[in-house]
Amino acid sequence: MGITAVLFWFLSALAISGALMVVVSKNPVYSILYLIITFFAISGHYVLLNAQFLAIVNIIVYAGAIMVLFLFVVMLMNLNAESEPPQKKRYLFFAGVIAGCSLMLVLVAALKTSSAGNQLVQMKDGDIGLINNLGKVLFTQYVFPFEISSVLFLSAMIGAVVISKKEILHPE
Amino acid sequence: MPINYYIFLSLALFCIGIVGVLTRRNAIIIFMCVELMLNAANLLLVAFSKMHHLAMGADYPTLASEAQVFVFFIMVVAAAEVSVGLAIIVMLYRNTHSVDVNFLNRLKN
Repeated sequence: MGITAVLFWFLSALAISGALMVVVSKNPVYSILYLIITFFAISGHYVLLNAQFLAIVNIIVYAGAIMVLFLFVVMLMNLNAESEPPQKKRYLFFAGVIAGCSLMLVLVAALKTSSAGNQLVQMKDGDIGLINNLGKVLFTQYVFPFEISSVLFLSAMIGAVVISKKEILHPE
Repeated sequence: MPINYYIFLSLALFCIGIVGVLTRRNAIIIFMCVELMLNAANLLLVAFSKMHHLAMGADYPTLASEAQVFVFFIMVVAAAEVSVGLAIIVMLYRNTHSVDVNFLNRLKN
């Protein structure tokens, strides 16, 4: 219980501080790097819950592919810290922060006194996160959504290429 | 670890994502906060799957695997959405040379 709890609190603190730095930092490249730290912390949580396949897929897909794509786009546009103009209307900024914090307050207050909240989560053990059990469920019961997701990727790829085609006939 | 801790952690990440979407003006940072919200939901799904596996895993062995398959499909959809969304942002930047959503809000023609 000792090392599990210590790891849980450490990974939670890392994830929440990384998420805060994503929202707060001015430079977009710093935001992307903090989001990668947050994704690694969430993958650590998956490993703690023994969802091993999801931890590896999270690192490979999110931190490895999606964030690298974001970094390419930011580098392509040459964004840095001074290219973001300050918010002219200050009340919109405070309205956004107050809306988010009040949502969190309402949900914490609603869920704090529920008696079902003390059920334990099985950590460090359990076969269901292992790749052979997950693969059995994925390829027997969910084979149709799995094949449809390949069609989804094909349509996303075609859409991305069609959207970013340069128009040749457009006069300058 | 009681499930409450995972609920509050996922809630904190989700609300930080919401504050980021409402507050920032850079379209790319807004998109990244949407990805953060998706990941918070993924974490909560995996935590609940382990909770139900502990509660009724002896009777229904594959009950909790379905939540993790769902998380897998959420990641699939997020990857496809990021590719199309970034293509749109790149095209907007190429036409207007700005990624400020307050400026892009006025493209009414």
